[in-house]
Amino acid sequence: MTTNHITSVRIKSVPVLDQEEALDFYCNHLGFQVHDDIDLGFMRWLTVVLPGGGVQLLLELVGGPQHDEATAAQVRELVTKGALGGLFLTSSDVHATYAALRDAGVEITQEPVEQPYGTDFGIRDPFGNHIRISQPNEAPNEVIQHRYDAARA
Amino acid sequence: MELSPREDLNRRMLRARDEMDRRYAEPLDVPTLAAVAHLSPSQFGRVFKEVYGETPHRYLQRRRVERAMTLLRQTDRPVTDIAWDVGFASLGTFSRTFATVVGCSPTQFRARHEPVHVPSCFIAAWTRPRDGARTVVSEKRADPDAG
Repeated sequence: MTTNHITSVRIKSVPVLDQEEALDFYCNHLGFQVHDDIDLGFMRWLTVVLPGGGVQLLLELVGGPQHDEATAAQVRELVTKGALGGLFLTSSDVHATYAALRDAGVEITQEPVEQPYGTDFGIRDPFGNHIRISQPNEAPNEVIQHRYDAARA
Repeated sequence: MELSPREDLNRRMLRARDEMDRRYAEPLDVPTLAAVAHLSPSQFGRVFKEVYGETPHRYLQRRRVERAMTLLRQTDRPVTDIAWDVGFASLGTFSRTFATVVGCSPTQFRARHEPVHVPSCFIAAWTRPRDGARTVVSEKRADPDAG
């Protein structure tokens, strides 16, 4: 095993097309809170985190100076086509989360499905990023594998 | 949020594609999907192919076959039941389409693959058979093909 002293994931960038709309979605619908909101002049450094902590999401506006206009347009195309992104969240009550998001008009890509590892469902953020929300069961891997095997027995 | 016309179109087509992902087992037709994208039925197939590189019919076929692959891997349910569950109207059409897309029969596929426990959406996305095989046009329960 490589010992390079890396201990955790701290920030994950989420490509967004409007930071105010992203803030509304991730905070008011998903329950994140603002961690940093800093006007750096060249960019707005906007991160959110769940109340329980964990990885911060950098709600990063596509089209900063790191991309030329053509590249930024390509990235925006990919986001809106659903080709980028992918976030996995955990809920303590996945059915309640699903009901709240559905009632709020959030785009649902899949209703809750019982899986050997737990229950999960899918949504999209306003820009096209895919988000999966699950309530894992407590079963260890060997028990989960046994459930898969039993389904085929 | 201000989207360019192209981005707005992408976003609407993504909603239509998500609709196929969600309702793959139903007899979806072009007017239903076109309405999701706020396009006319005559525009829908052409625009879908522009955005995603394949016809909606082909996409739906691959979605159904991918779902069948998952059920074959993870359950011992009869192939006929699986064919019906994923939206095919007959075992013959399902078997033909499956063999064309995957390269082996459903029974052979089942014998070669074990279940794996990673999130189902990832399995779906990464095991969905690629386009490239010839399109089977005899599917009777679905007709979301205009392009």
